[in-house]
Amino acid sequence: MKRKLEISELIFKIISYVLLTVFALCCLYPFVFAISSAISGRSVVEQGGIILFPKQIQFEAFKVMFEDNMFWNAYANTLFLTFYGTLWAMGVAILGAYALSKKRLLFRKGFNFFLVFTMWFSAGILPQYRNYINTRNVFQSVGIMDDKWLVVIAMGMAAMNIILLRNAFEGVPSEIEEAAIVDGATEMQVLTNVYLPMSKSTIATVALFFAISRWNGYFWAKQMISKYQEHPLQVFIRLKLEEIQNPELIWAEPYAADSAIYALVICAIIPILIIYPFIQKYFAKGVNMGGVKE
Amino acid sequence: MKLKAVDYLVLDEKTGKYREDPEQLVRDEVEKHRWKHVGLTILKDWRLYLMLVPMLLVFFFWRYMPMYELLSCFKVYDANLPVADQLYSGFSYFKELFAGETPLSQEFWRAFRNTFVISFYGLCFGFPMPIIIALFFNEIKSNIARSVYQVLTYLPKFISTVVMTTLVSLLVRQSSSAGAGIQMGIISQLLYNLGIITEEVGNAGLLNNPDFFRPIYQITGIWETAGYDSIVFFAAIIAISPTSYEAAQIDGANKWAQMRYVVLPSILSTIVIMLITRIGSLLNVGYEKVLLLYNDKTYVTADVVSTFAQRNGLSSSFLIGISSAAEMLNNVVGMLLVIGANTIARKASDVSLY
Repeated sequence: MKRKLEISELIFKIISYVLLTVFALCCLYPFVFAISSAISGRSVVEQGGIILFPKQIQFEAFKVMFEDNMFWNAYANTLFLTFYGTLWAMGVAILGAYALSKKRLLFRKGFNFFLVFTMWFSAGILPQYRNYINTRNVFQSVGIMDDKWLVVIAMGMAAMNIILLRNAFEGVPSEIEEAAIVDGATEMQVLTNVYLPMSKSTIATVALFFAISRWNGYFWAKQMISKYQEHPLQVFIRLKLEEIQNPELIWAEPYAADSAIYALVICAIIPILIIYPFIQKYFAKGVNMGGVKE
Repeated sequence: MKLKAVDYLVLDEKTGKYREDPEQLVRDEVEKHRWKHVGLTILKDWRLYLMLVPMLLVFFFWRYMPMYELLSCFKVYDANLPVADQLYSGFSYFKELFAGETPLSQEFWRAFRNTFVISFYGLCFGFPMPIIIALFFNEIKSNIARSVYQVLTYLPKFISTVVMTTLVSLLVRQSSSAGAGIQMGIISQLLYNLGIITEEVGNAGLLNNPDFFRPIYQITGIWETAGYDSIVFFAAIIAISPTSYEAAQIDGANKWAQMRYVVLPSILSTIVIMLITRIGSLLNVGYEKVLLLYNDKTYVTADVVSTFAQRNGLSSSFLIGISSAAEMLNNVVGMLLVIGANTIARKASDVSLY
């Protein structure tokens, strides 16, 4: 039996739809604007003539960008950092979270505190910077000359993600593990054949968190990667922006300087836009298990 | 635990004499072999402990070693020595920061105030938004419409700070007379047409104006996180049993009363937890975003402690000590806030995070 909506409920429903629509459009607008500006002619973009739709369409900005070797280089560096960074972080986090999820682990409380404390107290930028410099010296003394590997190994670990994984592993019923052990599974087999398949959604979420934070990482990559040709895409975008913001810049291209930046920005977010809808359904499930317990 | 001689002895009631307590001897024996037992357990289960090792190493080297570097706030900096061997300088840097006489210390107090103001505004404007959005989501019963809204509103969370700040700086860009002339950014134009800003302000670029840093920071913050942060609240809201609403409706509750007596009590614990997290990170202003948005014209409102420390500490090795002292103060106060907020929440509502 359907009940008639009361007047206050109806009003609230209408308000919800209207405001949510406005907010959703606000979330989308900058991207639409960026695409339109990237493919519009120079004079329209510079005179602020673009509001939503492109005018005087040109693809020069994209073409020039695609012909720029530095752009592809930056893209490759970002892919490198994202792939190896996520792999390394997931490996460390899964192994650690699995061990922490075991009740039989001695000093379990101590290890947990060791993790959680880093969420309360972080040393700050400057000490971290000097610590990374020390690490870089150590790395170089053992022959790892690429700063990329420093960024991959030393950065991007987050205690929160390990706790997410740990909570997911704790939710796996111990009977299944016991059954596997009776069947002669080793510790590693229990992890790969029982725990990983049973906490897929959390693993997908955490992997996405790691990958996104790698893809988007800017500050430390800029500080620690000294060679220009090793810079990832985010650093590349920022440097380009600073370049066109220079008041003495002489811009002689047939498209606006802003269009070049918009084109870069679009290329930087396209991979995220592609994988995001597939993995978005896991979020609510994965994130809900995020309560920190000790 | 320290044992006294009397713990080993019991009064034998038959003879009236003291004799050794056999149970205590057993306990002694166990205690003597405790570490051996621990070692054996670890050895037997060595695979499990080996799995823990990479994580412990990563956290030790790149989370705890920086804390050791932080100790340079008590030391006279010397590039050739590790922090532990540098000369101890006591609390002199802290005194200098507190005294408020030097320009640097005034800059520090400005940064400290800005940190609080930015976080406090974030708490006032940024915190309620996800809750409101979650309430709105709850009104949308069609699954397809809801997922469309969710996809759109979560999206900004996954965009990098660099991309976001790049878009912002182009949308509110200054005008320029280069070539045929470049107009101010589209958002500036909108604000100008609405009469909120004057033409000169728009032409100078909003990011170069200290009055606009805070609104820009908060609005982009809401844009970025409000949708995504609503997940937690929305999950709490859809967990409410429909019978609760029905009961309230039969009792004649209008929408407002349903909110007040059904929804709010059910999501209160979630709100408290999120509030604790928020207060805990009150002093943890995202430095990356500030670094990318501010410039020397907007230090007055934009400079926060971490950017203050970063700017000064990296510019000159003489300033490493005092910059570390600033970070230390910020972090210690931040940690006290987390623990304090958590304790209050635990006392008040049985909800606590840690």
